[in-house]
Amino acid sequence: MTRIVVDPVTRIEGHLRIEAVVENGVITDAYSSGTMIRGLEKILIGRDPRDAWAITERVCGVCTSVHALASVRAVEDAIGTSVPQTAELIRNIMLTTLYVQDHVVHFYHLHALDWVDILSALKADPKKAAELAQSFSKWDKNTPAYFAEVQNKIKKFADSGLGIFANGYWGHPAYKLPPEVNLIGVAHYLDALEWQKEVVKIHAVFGGKNPHPNFLVGGVPCSIDVDEVAAINSERLNLVAKLIAQADEFVNQVYIPDLLAVASFYKDWTKYGGGLSNYLAYGEFPTKGFAHPESFKYQRGAVLGRDLKTVHPVNPRDTQEIKEYIAHSWYEYKEGNDKGLHPWAGETEIKYSGPKPPFETLEGFDKYSFLKTPRWKENPMEVGPLARLIVSYAAGRPDVKETVDSVLGKLGAPAEALFSTLGRTAARGIDAALAMGWLKEFFGELMDRVKTKETSTFNRDKWEPKSWPEDCEGVGLAEAPRGALAHYIKIHKGAIENYQLVVPTTWNGSPRDAKQQRSAYEASLIGTPVAKLDEPVEILRTVHSFDPCLACSVHLYDPEGKHIHQVSFE
Amino acid sequence: MGDSIWQSMEKKGYSRREFLQFCAAAAAAAGLGQTGAAQVASVFEKKEKPAVIWMHFQECTCCSESFIRASHPIVADALLDVLSLNYTETLMAASGHQAEKSLQDTIKNNKGKYIVLIEGAVPTKDGGVYCMVGGKTAEQILKEVSEDAAAIVAWGSCASNGCVQAAKPNPTGATPIHKLVSKPVINVPGCPPIADVMMSVVTHLLVLGQVPELDSLGRPKEFYGRRVHDTCYRRPNYDAGLFVESFDDESARKGYCLYKMGCRGPVTYNACSVVRWNEGTSYPIQSGHGCIGCSEEGFWDNGPFYQHLPSFPGFGIESTADTVGTIVGVATLAGVAAHAVVTNVRKHKVIAEVHAEEEKE
Repeated sequence: MTRIVVDPVTRIEGHLRIEAVVENGVITDAYSSGTMIRGLEKILIGRDPRDAWAITERVCGVCTSVHALASVRAVEDAIGTSVPQTAELIRNIMLTTLYVQDHVVHFYHLHALDWVDILSALKADPKKAAELAQSFSKWDKNTPAYFAEVQNKIKKFADSGLGIFANGYWGHPAYKLPPEVNLIGVAHYLDALEWQKEVVKIHAVFGGKNPHPNFLVGGVPCSIDVDEVAAINSERLNLVAKLIAQADEFVNQVYIPDLLAVASFYKDWTKYGGGLSNYLAYGEFPTKGFAHPESFKYQRGAVLGRDLKTVHPVNPRDTQEIKEYIAHSWYEYKEGNDKGLHPWAGETEIKYSGPKPPFETLEGFDKYSFLKTPRWKENPMEVGPLARLIVSYAAGRPDVKETVDSVLGKLGAPAEALFSTLGRTAARGIDAALAMGWLKEFFGELMDRVKTKETSTFNRDKWEPKSWPEDCEGVGLAEAPRGALAHYIKIHKGAIENYQLVVPTTWNGSPRDAKQQRSAYEASLIGTPVAKLDEPVEILRTVHSFDPCLACSVHLYDPEGKHIHQVSFE
Repeated sequence: MGDSIWQSMEKKGYSRREFLQFCAAAAAAAGLGQTGAAQVASVFEKKEKPAVIWMHFQECTCCSESFIRASHPIVADALLDVLSLNYTETLMAASGHQAEKSLQDTIKNNKGKYIVLIEGAVPTKDGGVYCMVGGKTAEQILKEVSEDAAAIVAWGSCASNGCVQAAKPNPTGATPIHKLVSKPVINVPGCPPIADVMMSVVTHLLVLGQVPELDSLGRPKEFYGRRVHDTCYRRPNYDAGLFVESFDDESARKGYCLYKMGCRGPVTYNACSVVRWNEGTSYPIQSGHGCIGCSEEGFWDNGPFYQHLPSFPGFGIESTADTVGTIVGVATLAGVAAHAVVTNVRKHKVIAEVHAEEEKE
């Protein structure tokens, strides 16, 4: 029995440590630890709720904009206002754009190197690579000359020390791709790096910049007027149309074909990494307003025990449904460490009780993370693209079902294959393909409204805090690229009284709860084979399949406005 | 990029003999004498790409995300040809022990020659436990990586001035880099900084081989010498008294000035209205929202964002950050003075003060 430590886990957002127990080449237990905290919820207290989007947006620069969206929804829910349909469409365009960009970046830049061996690509025949690429994609860049040029670049790069690719697990027996597929993967890694900076220009058009575009309570900050040079006019809309067409090509001619090609060599990874059997999604992409979840593109609900016949309703306001635990987290609750608290009644008092740094291991420490542990009706739940697909699939959403079945068909895999590391990675691709289709649809609807001059982007009815109730509370839900995201706000006399975030990586990457139930990362690692203890690429495959985002998931909050540091070193 | 001087001479048809003669001449010109020729030849033969490490502390990774949005050069070319980025937790292939090895090897093999780029603030409260990587605190790691660095760049507002985690009440004691290291730091503030500004600072250091000219706050004058307001295309509306009174009103559609909507352009030093964002696509004001002042120290506590500045000095377009103060009402004189400290001796004093404050709490 050996306990191995991976810290830092790289190619993620934030600071994550994994400790795994390996027996006879298989993981038998795992501990997931978030090792950074900033205390943003505390900083929000007392501020203007209309500023909260900007502060919470800074929770994460990778899934930039989605916290801003959840925040404006929470405030609008609390003060009782709605946004014009055109503003809703622009928000949907912003979020679908984020899905497409974020998933492509995750696949190529954060996850691919777990499957693609850079050095093996040097042995590839560029001509054969081109033939292979052309057999599954119509992308016209896939020529022998192009692959030869990339190979030459990488060769020169390898000779000069490999930079960001240095000390990778190259040549590890778990890498199974032929050299030609590795070369295709490396080439498109570089292309994706170039393309992702293009698609986010959609955020710059509507939100002024990316990362961290601007949002607004009551609508969106940009105005549309096709007769004005300084508004969103036909030139701006033409730019967005061009970027959408490019994105459509990249997703459908590069990302999805590469994903299927790589996946076809790793079908054994449909047996590992399934982990939990419960899935939670808040639903996303309102078509008739955020207050009407039945009109969302993705279904809201929960699936328990992988039973695809039943979708359980989810009510984020019910104080008995979502609760956060701290039994194994560096916090304290007044009523005891094994209680769970609904976010509106939440409390957080930091109490670091881990080893004094520098340290080698968290073994023997009962508490081991700055992440709290959320539960839905006491159940650990997986969130993310896979959960979104499973809930919508179970609810019989036709567009979701059709896309899922088509991808599974191409892979020759049954639906059960989705419950795995590879399934999670494939689900992210399906999620991107669906978002791409909806992005086109939302933009088409926006153009229709431009034609009919229904272009109001801001509802000023409740802009002034004096028009708000003295006390009010709200919930803003969103499906971040990484999964279910909730912002809870309480407002008193126009100022934030408390603010709580329950984010995707808190669901997935948290430590055990009071009943010792594991969350998704830990559960998924169990049963994963590790061929070489000093090169645990298998751990990275499963952890990366969740697309960890740690900055989002640690927080600190105290309803009394008090903050007591109680740090003790063992 | 990429070729050594010998390789590029060889491509132009020079012989090895001619190359060595050239090296001897270069050595003589540099006053290195006969033995110097061999040294020069060896440098010209293998011009190594400068080693760069990118550290991540208390941050949201928006600086890394912004960096990969650079358009000239695109980041793939920069990574392959301009610099050897040996450590960045966001993109590097290696994890765990292998990642630490990349870091240690870079420091060991490039003593005094490598560049450190830092994203994030460093929490100093409670022994630094609020940010740990590989079992060490951010503060311990910062000390290790900065000691033998040739230059330190603080990316973004987190590393330059503390940013959001340092907003009141700063629960974790988030501290900017220049207060913790005893070397000059190049501050590149913004949340995040503009991609092409980041790339320009890197290439200024690595390609031109020079530290860009800095202002008294350690910011490159090239990009932080002018206020957003002074170079804003909506400025004539301000001068003519034409203001947006409510989002999406008639004046908003006409592109009038956003001052009354809380725009911080008049007190913010940044290049947004000149370089613009995402390859010049737009910037916040162009897309209808006021500037929130994200490159200024303490901007989170200078709110609420939609309340317009009570007054701001009517200084002219020729003003620079060196001749006028920073945000009105936020950066106290003491803060500015502390910021301006650049000598090592005084730096040590600031570091001591930070720890003294910490002990008091």
